[in-house]
Amino acid sequence: MSKYLILIFQDDAVTQQADGESISAAYQEFMQRRNGSLLSGAALQPASTATSIRRHGSGGFTVTDGPFAESKETLGGYFLIEAADLDEALEIAKEVPAGVGVEVRRVRVVS
Amino acid sequence: MPQAASSEVAAAVAEAHRREWAFVLAATLRVTGDIDTAEEAVQDAYASALSTWGPRGIPKNPGAWLTVTARRRALDMHRRAATAQRALPKLLGPGEYLPDAPGRDGEDITDDRLRLIFTCCHPALAPDAQVALTLRLLCGLSTADVARAFLVPEATIAARITRAKKKIAAARIPYRVPAASELRDRLDGVLSVVYLVYTTGHTAPSGENLMRRDLAERGHELARMLRVLLPGDGDVAGLLALVLLTDARSSARLDEHRELVLMENQDRSKWDRSAITEGVALLREALNLRPPSRFALMAAIAAVHDESNSWSDTDWQEILGLYDLLLEKWPSPVVKLNRAIAVGFAVGHAEGLAELDALGAEPQLARYPYLAAARANFLARLGRFDDVRVAFEEALILTENDTERRYLQSRLSELTG
Repeated sequence: MSKYLILIFQDDAVTQQADGESISAAYQEFMQRRNGSLLSGAALQPASTATSIRRHGSGGFTVTDGPFAESKETLGGYFLIEAADLDEALEIAKEVPAGVGVEVRRVRVVS
Repeated sequence: MPQAASSEVAAAVAEAHRREWAFVLAATLRVTGDIDTAEEAVQDAYASALSTWGPRGIPKNPGAWLTVTARRRALDMHRRAATAQRALPKLLGPGEYLPDAPGRDGEDITDDRLRLIFTCCHPALAPDAQVALTLRLLCGLSTADVARAFLVPEATIAARITRAKKKIAAARIPYRVPAASELRDRLDGVLSVVYLVYTTGHTAPSGENLMRRDLAERGHELARMLRVLLPGDGDVAGLLALVLLTDARSSARLDEHRELVLMENQDRSKWDRSAITEGVALLREALNLRPPSRFALMAAIAAVHDESNSWSDTDWQEILGLYDLLLEKWPSPVVKLNRAIAVGFAVGHAEGLAELDALGAEPQLARYPYLAAARANFLARLGRFDDVRVAFEEALILTENDTERRYLQSRLSELTG
């Protein structure tokens, strides 16, 4: 089995949910259905609240307001799942009720 | 086995390369689970065939000989790697590793090649990487050959293939035939790749020659391989029918000076009757499926041309009806263009021209030389000679194929003369 990270992208307008608001029925249903494969997951605060840290060549940092890459679609949350291979991961990822879509990346194994 | 002359050996190895490469690689891949190791082992097996088939004679079943040799070589390589770093195969888990895979029955061998082609054409790989990998792994083309076929620098193809193999391993793209529920979608991708290989060979997008026979033949072989692997599939039958019915005309497409001859003027006695007969039989099978697939409809159009005795006998109403069906299934700008040409012959030249003019706004056709060439054709038939010149000149600017360019130039000079 391999671990895959499903990155959930949405229009930033949609991510303006407040803390404590309940998870939508569609997500609840997905999480119940795929309970066996889900290792963890979380929704993120809107991209407007993101802070990026870039490392200088010289060893210092630049801290800036905003997400790392500016685009219309922003990272809204993630699931960490376990799947046999990419096909199974894609099958699970297709069920995520994300507005815009998702990106699937296998977690690298490091020793 | 009796000794064999070196010329015989070279021919037998070349033949085995063309026919058996995919089979040998797919069977070796099952043992290694790693594409690079499998490729290297198979290359070694072919090299050792060149040196051992002379003194020992050419084996009765070259494919089996090559498979056994390649598998043995892969196991050697694997053992060495395992002792050195205790590395595990990349595609299979340790439990799935089959070092002593016994002789397989026919179905497993079929599955091996199907697995390989579905891996090469996995939608998680970039489309151009799918084509490059298919030619490399299923046809055994070298990186240099793939690059030459697509007129792309070798380094570009090498990088594309390396990146695709890395993604297969890193993302764990599985080496298996898709489940029945997803087979339909995934097979469409495979058929598109095979058809793209064929069409790129049938009319080269650029370069010196009208056709790249080697590439067209690879596409033809791939379509035939799929037919062997999936004999009951109507879409596969449709694709092979399309390839056969298109290919049947290829020897009439150039005259004795290697100049382009349009279908209208082709010597139909040069068309390959046996390919047409086989193609039509496959087409019947494909059309029994409702609704017919995109490739079956395209094959049906090719069949109407192939079965008419002359250009003037062509049933354009039938062709137009088929294009209408095709457009519903596959609403691409190129299909719209071909349908407009059919209107020009089924209804009238002026109506066809009007349809073509309406397509001028399609962004995907803006740089497509066949739109301008088709307009020129109808303008000439309508006697609008000033406009013909402009249209031919436009087509001439857009085409990058030398044979087509010479054809357009000669049409232009006829206008002047």
